[in-house]
Amino acid sequence: MIHDALLIAGKDLRLELRSRVALNQVLPFALLVLVLFAFALDPDKSVLTEATPGLYWIAVLFSALLALQRSFAIESTDGNRDALRLSGLDPAGIFLGKVLAVSVQLVVLEALLGVGVVVLYTSRIDGWVLLAVTSVIATASIAAAGTLYGVVAAGLRVRETLLPLLLLPVLAPVLIGSTRAFEAALNGSPSEGWPWVGLMSIFASLYVVAGIFGFGPLLEES
Amino acid sequence: MTTQLDAATEGLDSTGSRATRVLGVLAIFGLAALALFGLVLSPPDASQGEVVRILYVHVPSATFAYIGCFLTTIGSAMFLWRGSSWWELVAYASAEIATVFTAIVLVTGMIWGRPTWGVYWVWDARLTSTSMLLLLLLGYLAVRRLPADHDVRTKRAAIIGLLLVPNVIIVRQSVQWWRTLHQKPTLLANGVGAKIEGLMLFSLFVGFIAIGLVFAWLLIHRFRLAWLEDQLDDAGLDAAIAERRAEGDVS
Repeated sequence: MIHDALLIAGKDLRLELRSRVALNQVLPFALLVLVLFAFALDPDKSVLTEATPGLYWIAVLFSALLALQRSFAIESTDGNRDALRLSGLDPAGIFLGKVLAVSVQLVVLEALLGVGVVVLYTSRIDGWVLLAVTSVIATASIAAAGTLYGVVAAGLRVRETLLPLLLLPVLAPVLIGSTRAFEAALNGSPSEGWPWVGLMSIFASLYVVAGIFGFGPLLEES
Repeated sequence: MTTQLDAATEGLDSTGSRATRVLGVLAIFGLAALALFGLVLSPPDASQGEVVRILYVHVPSATFAYIGCFLTTIGSAMFLWRGSSWWELVAYASAEIATVFTAIVLVTGMIWGRPTWGVYWVWDARLTSTSMLLLLLLGYLAVRRLPADHDVRTKRAAIIGLLLVPNVIIVRQSVQWWRTLHQKPTLLANGVGAKIEGLMLFSLFVGFIAIGLVFAWLLIHRFRLAWLEDQLDDAGLDAAIAERRAEGDVS
């Protein structure tokens, strides 16, 4: 299973390295969202600085939707879905590989977005440990839930509109948790942030387990 | 041409049967009793006044919306585990009715909130998690009604249905923390469950019976309708195949 996961993750990341879709399209989109927030909210009244955690994670969520759509778009052409099914790879491994590849892309994106908010919103970064752990757990949650719901929506004519409807309500706890944890870290009271990290860990575990067992049946049909 | 459908629906000119007719009549009587007790006989509340009467509908609806969600998750689990399409239809039917009941809960809650709190909406833990529940249910229904193959729809919807209750629990937990970390437990504390007795308690009890009967009646009918829809799909396909075959025979 682990071997298959690494194979799939390697394949997806190699595809990304060669096509640079996430780098050339998703990342600029994420930065664009940061700028749009500045247009929507008054940048002179320190609203942006105060709301940095929330705005940051909204930008991550929207970008994650694009990254997930991309992750399944590369399987939809040329009968790749069938090829994947016939490859004999463990479906749980395929799931974990997809999650891993999306996570790696999101972590890179989050690091660059972090630089973005520091520069654009003049946010001060503090509480590094909590920030890093929150990012990792939240990213795993988004990638695991996103990959499971991504395969639910994959291969359908309505997939682009269906995925946000399915995924965003489910990710509400992750948005709340990551935002509160970031707030706690930036306000210098990290002890308030750790319960949220715990909640998100439960969330991530639930979706990793659900994906390991649910991915096979979902991949087999149609 | 549609022999299969005819066979499946023989003697069925509606989704009703004697049992559901009795149930339906009881539901009507229940609603009449609820109107009598809720609007006329029960006294206005000491602090909330006349507005409290909305809660005789609001609270039972919330309870049965949750029951519908549990049925959806159980039905989805049974479908995935045993492949039972009976349970799949139970999941679908109860999801749809749970959606309606959740919407009723939100609307009656807002109507109640306006005079009580002065606003239609507050970012209270229960309100927020109920609105998320509605969105989760709409997601399930969107998948179940996909313009796709029957097997695709049912299996994908079942995965979402299976995760419905765990999602609701996590969302509830996170929203509760989110609000209580910022403000003290809120306005609903003086709502239901605080102190309720006598005729008001009995009216609420009547509400549970009446809404429960309506829920059961709707569920049975929706289940039968969904089953007929499935039969129609199958029969339609068979008929189309038979037609093509007949064309072949002629030529």
